[in-house]
Amino acid sequence: MTDPTLYALTGAALVGIGFYGLLAARHLLRRVIAFNLIGSGLFVFFGAAGARGAEVDPVPQALIITGIVVALSASALAVGLIAAQTSATGHATLPDEDGGEDGDA
Amino acid sequence: MTAFLVLLVGPLAGALAAIALPGRAARAAAAAAIAATLVAAVGLAGQIVTQGVLRLELGGWAPPLGIALEADGLSAVLLVMTALVMTAVGLAARHELAPDIAGPRAAFGFWPLMLLLWAALNAVFLSRDLFNLYVGLELLSLAAIGLVAIGGTAAAFAAAIRYMIFALAGSLLYLAGVILIYAAHGTLDMDLLAGLDPAASDGLALALMTGGLLAKTALFPFHVWLPPAHGSAPSPASAMLSALVPKASFVILLRLWLDAMPDRAGEGALILLAMLGTAAVIWGSVRAIAQARLKLIVAYSTVAQIGYLFLIFPLAGGAAGDLPWMSGAWNGTIMLIVSHALAKSAMFLVAGQWMRVAGSDRLTDLRGLALVMPMSTAAFAMAAVTLAGLPPSGGFTGKYLIMTAAFASGQWVWALVMAVGGILAAVYLYRPLAVLFTFSEASDRAPLSRATQVVPLVLAGASIGLGIASAGLFEILSVGRPPVVGEGP
Repeated sequence: MTDPTLYALTGAALVGIGFYGLLAARHLLRRVIAFNLIGSGLFVFFGAAGARGAEVDPVPQALIITGIVVALSASALAVGLIAAQTSATGHATLPDEDGGEDGDA
Repeated sequence: MTAFLVLLVGPLAGALAAIALPGRAARAAAAAAIAATLVAAVGLAGQIVTQGVLRLELGGWAPPLGIALEADGLSAVLLVMTALVMTAVGLAARHELAPDIAGPRAAFGFWPLMLLLWAALNAVFLSRDLFNLYVGLELLSLAAIGLVAIGGTAAAFAAAIRYMIFALAGSLLYLAGVILIYAAHGTLDMDLLAGLDPAASDGLALALMTGGLLAKTALFPFHVWLPPAHGSAPSPASAMLSALVPKASFVILLRLWLDAMPDRAGEGALILLAMLGTAAVIWGSVRAIAQARLKLIVAYSTVAQIGYLFLIFPLAGGAAGDLPWMSGAWNGTIMLIVSHALAKSAMFLVAGQWMRVAGSDRLTDLRGLALVMPMSTAAFAMAAVTLAGLPPSGGFTGKYLIMTAAFASGQWVWALVMAVGGILAAVYLYRPLAVLFTFSEASDRAPLSRATQVVPLVLAGASIGLGIASAGLFEILSVGRPPVVGEGP
């Protein structure tokens, strides 16, 4: 197996693990970690896609770095929100996951 | 080119200044940034009318290596629409988010977040690079989530976190599609993509990007985050979130499906999008009828109104291209986007004023408010005329154009959706209006000043005037319209 293929498969596996975490976890911090796993998997896949030719394409690397910065900012905001929610309610989970459509809580 | 710079850098610089400067100076800096960006948006629209499509290649590097910014008629209309709504929101927020009314935390956080949101919207409307759009969308979502959480209540945090989960999932889906596009074509520039042969992975990429953008646009069934988020934000923030934010991801969908990759769009997918839009119109309206709080009625109305926009896909999409009714469907949809933005921001600003007078936005507490606040009641009624699509409003013109396109193309079922949606809108908007005109002992509450009440009245008046002065809008829109939609009137 060539290197780019190995990296691409690793990326796909990370996306899969993250997706499972997103669906299975109720704790909000676990969900943030799941989002980061999916994002990292996509970046690894993207890097592998740029390394297929004889010369490595630098554009994916530039985009991945930008993407990491964006993901970091999003994670920081998410963790901040979760901390605020936890100190307001005492839970790090969302209230009434099933029937909360009216937002009347 | 100065206009490009001011549109992108002006709000960002204003946001930074609003963070760094102390209270009064921060609000002055925000006001200066708002004024400069408004002037730049109007100036750019004027330039586009006289000079055609404007393009700026950053640093002099042409795509695929560099990133191009481009302003066509659609960009100009959306930039001016955003500037008008933002200016009105800024005027309303001067009172509503003053430190002694909203608390120091919201009063501090509102201005930087509002300006960041504006910068992100302008970036999305001017970008043609799929990754640049990703960054713009992400900045937009982060600022919007912040605005939801600014109220500081447990309900606001929960609504913001739920919004965040949908927005992040949407971003990742979109990013996955972008990566597949780059892996197949080696470019992310929409204009270059339009000229390339389709690759095998394009269908999957388009599906992933569309799924992500639908979650951010809050199309049924991805709408569940929207009502609590828009219902629990401070009203000037709700006005921006409902009037502007879903439009950004929708415009990317429009450009993807009708401009960058029209030949990759299967007929079944186009009809599926319109069917989801239909479900949004009906479900959003039915839920709006059942709500007891005004802000939730207005928020569910946004879910319904977003549904109309998706009827454009079977009417103007597909590889056939340039059929006679397509330009009508295109113009009608943009008309609906703009008139909804003006009317919906007016409604949320009015809701905020009534909450200050009546102490809550429960319909039972709004009894008799028409006597106390006649100007804002007029604004609400005029905005309701636009949302229900009654003549002579912009909502009527937009729906009329889309219905004409539906009949001309033989797809009359979409016209039926328009008609049913209009009736349902009249029902859910009649309830608050009826309550306002009910006699009540509490009618002696102190009103807000006329200078405050006039802001939403101007927005609502503009949403009606848009229908009367529609020719000017269509003239701007004809600049740089996607070739697939054609050159019609």
